Amino acid sequence: MMQDNYIKVGMADLNVAHLTGILKTTGLGSCVGVTLYDSRVKVAGMAHVMLPSSEIAREGSVNIAKYADTAIPELISRMEKLGASVSRMEAKLAGGAQMFAFAGNNDTMRIGPRNVESCKEMLKKYTIPVKAEDTGANFGRTIEFNCETGILMIRSVQQGVKEM
Amino acid sequence: MDVLKEVGNIGAGHAATALSTLLDKPIDMMVPKVKMLPFEEICESVGGAETAVLAIFLRVEGDAPGNMFFILHLESAKNVLRNLVGLEVEDEEQYSELELSALNEIGNILAGSYLSSLADFTRLNMQPTVPSLAIDMAGAILSYGLLQFGEMGDQALLIDTKFLEGQNEVQGHFFLIPDPESFGKIFAALGVESP
Repeated sequence: MMQDNYIKVGMADLNVAHLTGILKTTGLGSCVGVTLYDSRVKVAGMAHVMLPSSEIAREGSVNIAKYADTAIPELISRMEKLGASVSRMEAKLAGGAQMFAFAGNNDTMRIGPRNVESCKEMLKKYTIPVKAEDTGANFGRTIEFNCETGILMIRSVQQGVKEM
Repeated sequence: MDVLKEVGNIGAGHAATALSTLLDKPIDMMVPKVKMLPFEEICESVGGAETAVLAIFLRVEGDAPGNMFFILHLESAKNVLRNLVGLEVEDEEQYSELELSALNEIGNILAGSYLSSLADFTRLNMQPTVPSLAIDMAGAILSYGLLQFGEMGDQALLIDTKFLEGQNEVQGHFFLIPDPESFGKIFAALGVESP
């Protein structure tokens, strides 16, 4: 059951937390869960990134939480409003799996790894170090980021729970 | 939407018959639901993004491309194996190579019958790719089928047909998620104007 201090991040969604709260997103497949954290002021942010670049967007009004290149800047600016500093931020990444071994020869197949690459490129731009990651492979993940401790918990069907 | 419902009805009807023949049991089929749904709700329809399910995925290629999933709850998958192949299920938690291979083949047969009836009905060329199987969180699996829609918005068209066996031993879903470009072609093939 969802407790009160859970802050849900949906698919193609992002959210931030300050001091307390646990940011949670479920069922990451090829999507990437990006978490940013400033431990000094205890401000955390999480985005559930679905696609690598907003350049391929064909939608009228772009959902900036959906694309790596737009979600990360937005996450940073929302965290800054809560007193975080980009120079102190550290990132953790999870997801970016390739769920199906065979699925035709289209580009969609490699979307997981591409999402991860694109997130890392954006983080590099802001010189935010990637402190830990659990990406790739072929399984789904649910992640929870504890704003108080800075610990990212990763749960999967086959591999159980791990923390980093 | 009624046209798409009929499309789902015909495809799933054939698949249900095929499943019924395979299991030698009557299989009930719910009237397909056809809806534009937010991504989150698509996962809700199988019990939430975190629910572990067994899914057989095929990409539909040809005139009206799309993604297709045959989804079984884990208990149902074991029941299918017991009923159909007479396999002694040894471990409720784990699947053997043989079990996975049998399930993959079942998915293949059902999806094939779904698609070939659709192709006959619409006279569109629709070819399934080799199926691929995964046991994982519904959200992780289904999001894969929503990527094409991801470029357009936050909703996808889902044709969802639910299967039930008498004692609820077998419960499954057939999801057809046509690519955004495919609706027009399906409508045109059926001589109906796109909404």
